[in-house]
Amino acid sequence: MTTVNINGVDTALDGPEDTTLLWAIRDIAGLTGTKFGCGAGLCGACTIHVDGVAVRSCQATVGEVAGKKVTTIEGLSADGDHPVQVAWRDINVPQCGFCQAGQIMQAASLLNENPNPSDQEILEGMEGNICRCGCYERITAAVKQASTGI
Amino acid sequence: MLHFLEEAIKGAPKKAVEKLIVAKASRRDFLAGATAAFAIGAYATNADAFARHKTGGDFMPGGVKYDPHTFISIAEDGQVTIVAHRSEMGTGSRTTLPMVVADEMGADWDRVTIVQAEGDEAKYGNQNTDGSRSLRHHIQSMRQMGASVSHMLAAAAAAKWGVDVSTVKVGVHEVTSGSNKAGFGELAADAMKQPVPEFEALSFKDEADFRYIGKGNVSITDLHDITTGKAIYGADVSLPGMKFAAIARPPVVGSSPLKYDASEAWATPGVENVMGLRITGLASAFSPKGGVAVIASNTDAAIKGRDALNIEWGESPHSGYNSEAFTAEMRATAKEPGQILRAEGDTVAAFAGAAKTFSKEYSQAHMAHAMMEPPVAVANVTNGACEIWAPVQSPGDCRAHVAGALGMDPANVKVNVTLLGGGFGRKSKHDFATEAAMLSKKIGAPVKVQWTREDDIQHSFYHTTSVERIEVALDAEDKVTGWRHNSVAPSILSTFAPDSGHQFFIESGMGHLDMPFEIPNISVENGKAMAHTRIGWFRAVSNIPRAWAIQSFASELAHDLGKDDVDMLMELIGSDRKLDPPNQGFPDNFWDYGEVYDEYPIDTMRLKNVLKLAADKGGWGRDMPEGEGLGIAVHRSFVTYTAACVHVKVVDGQVTVPEVHMAVDCGYAANPERIRSQMEGASVMGMTAALHSGVTFENGAAVEGNYNDYEMVRSTNYPLKTHTHIVEHPFSVHASGVGEPGLPPIPPAIANALFHATGVRKRDLPMGVDV
Repeated sequence: MTTVNINGVDTALDGPEDTTLLWAIRDIAGLTGTKFGCGAGLCGACTIHVDGVAVRSCQATVGEVAGKKVTTIEGLSADGDHPVQVAWRDINVPQCGFCQAGQIMQAASLLNENPNPSDQEILEGMEGNICRCGCYERITAAVKQASTGI
Repeated sequence: MLHFLEEAIKGAPKKAVEKLIVAKASRRDFLAGATAAFAIGAYATNADAFARHKTGGDFMPGGVKYDPHTFISIAEDGQVTIVAHRSEMGTGSRTTLPMVVADEMGADWDRVTIVQAEGDEAKYGNQNTDGSRSLRHHIQSMRQMGASVSHMLAAAAAAKWGVDVSTVKVGVHEVTSGSNKAGFGELAADAMKQPVPEFEALSFKDEADFRYIGKGNVSITDLHDITTGKAIYGADVSLPGMKFAAIARPPVVGSSPLKYDASEAWATPGVENVMGLRITGLASAFSPKGGVAVIASNTDAAIKGRDALNIEWGESPHSGYNSEAFTAEMRATAKEPGQILRAEGDTVAAFAGAAKTFSKEYSQAHMAHAMMEPPVAVANVTNGACEIWAPVQSPGDCRAHVAGALGMDPANVKVNVTLLGGGFGRKSKHDFATEAAMLSKKIGAPVKVQWTREDDIQHSFYHTTSVERIEVALDAEDKVTGWRHNSVAPSILSTFAPDSGHQFFIESGMGHLDMPFEIPNISVENGKAMAHTRIGWFRAVSNIPRAWAIQSFASELAHDLGKDDVDMLMELIGSDRKLDPPNQGFPDNFWDYGEVYDEYPIDTMRLKNVLKLAADKGGWGRDMPEGEGLGIAVHRSFVTYTAACVHVKVVDGQVTVPEVHMAVDCGYAANPERIRSQMEGASVMGMTAALHSGVTFENGAAVEGNYNDYEMVRSTNYPLKTHTHIVEHPFSVHASGVGEPGLPPIPPAIANALFHATGVRKRDLPMGVDV
């Protein structure tokens, strides 16, 4: 068993230390906002923050985050009003919505590191997150709005 | 799609020939007639506000339902609950259809809750969310039910206040008559006891009074939940005592495990069981492929255990399927005369007397849908009953098939529909739900079956692979006098029954038979190609290869004749007219997307209009810098007309798309905001299809397995700006869907633009990102 701080709560995760973090978050901690898309770090649907930095949870193990602060989409903001979430809603970004938690976590991390990214920096910063519905134009606009307020 | 397939297997398709206009009384007649007592003063007079017409929805299993008690309820506090009976996979239908109800009944959208229907077509009508049909088939019933409740509220108010109903006005979430005023909630109980008015007795809102319909001012109902991680997709369902399963499926269709060593799987912590999933008979239709299942206490253990299995697979008749050799075979077949599906004029004479001929060949590889949410389902089989939670496009069919697989009465199977993390046709096939049900029955506990991305790409129901050969005869003035188009592709039918290797009427109706050019001699042909994997349908289906071929060909012909692409298309499409299938050589079983043809005819004026609109908005004809070009394509699919003008710019030897102008004519635009999002999405998926999407087979098995080798367009190279230009129509121009029609024009428009940018002509999909 490993204790991991998830969204501010020390959470006991049963199972071996090499349990994939994504599945521990989903199946053991019961937080289902973080999605499984590829299992290979190729799509970004499982993006979470570890100590504030975007990480693909399908490529991390429980043991690797012991003693660290894990944030999932459920813990990004108290009322769902992180500037990235607000921008996402203002611009009506989602279609099916499945990849959006990962996109939002990636965008929040990007803006945390670089509060005023250039257009090109936004595109490059979001490259690891696939949206099969094809919401990229609105995703890009939403990241920009979250960074500039416009 | 499914019931059409079943018809095709049985024999002749049931033709949608019945022409029936049911709006017997216009509002003007109705006001003058005996039923005028139902008039509601708030409504503007407009005789043509809503003349109901026949749609293919009436021919679908379950048909279309009109009983407001099924779909609408109003609580004492005024909260309105509206049932969404179609599956939500990203098109917005779960929002748009209830929005239509809300507007017509006068509900305030902020006081509306949407609940998802379980699979029950006898109750809700057809739920098969496929074929861009949700709006097309159900917008009328939603308006009717909304109007019904509005009338029922008015009648209840009139009775309560002792006033004539003609003095009653239904406003926004309130009802008034003179100084009397009541909220919906106060009247709800009495209103819902009122008789449901017949269609002829209803009056409808004037379009000018719509508050949501046609406005695009309503966000999708799940927006907040999606952005906060609370939205529930298939994998997010959890039941007490639930087990987690991953399955090793035969890599080649028709193969099964000869023997397997599960010792390493058993040694994986968390693994609780390993069992064969035996499929009797052919793995056909939506039956699972069988294989070996690993049951565990969590998904991670199930997948790790599954990956640790050592399985020896048996031979299959399809072990020799190799894409390269198969494409070569299809090319050879395409060069020979095919079965003639449509013969207009005398093509043989046209070619014999031609001043010149011109022919080209286009191909497409298989595609997998690769929606972000891989297939997943939860099942709980107990005491002769089964409950499913799954992201399925057709819960009614899922229910029937799960019942069949378990030997159960469908009445004992309940299918709960979660949100779908993308569908694109893959989730019309509910094999994953059947797997979960079979395993749950076996172990006597709830089971979640989770597919990995590799499972998804390697065990799909694939978009077919194809070769399309087009040949034209030209006279001395460069006029096209003859058209021959031979399409060669394994058929979807093969997944359901042993087939002839020929296309069936649905596939032929998607851009092949219905080719709209005004050419006197036309031969539409189909060569034989047997399937060696499971063929299914992918967003826009056969329209993708047909638009790819025809729209690329038109550009090539223009170049050969020294003409402009748009001028060439305008010339080919010809005069303003509606095609006349019976007199233009179409077969009797011509399928116009399941509609009554006269209600949704092939209208060349609308086709030319979107072409011109896309060209104008895209700046067609302007000078482009070195390495940049514009390309155009136009196509009618699912009775919607779309055109794309695409700007391609070659950067560092790679295709990039700075801008796309999409013109779309989908009749009345019920939700312009979601029409735009569908066009933006189609632009992206079209670029992915053009550049990347190819699943290839070696020795019967799919080679690609994840997003590294089955690539997607990403944020660093997507169509940076997609402008959507919607042709405006009144409600009387039948609304049609937009889920699929945006996709077909994109790949040829990209190829045509690339040609104009570089002189390089691509004829095979995927064309690759490198020029």
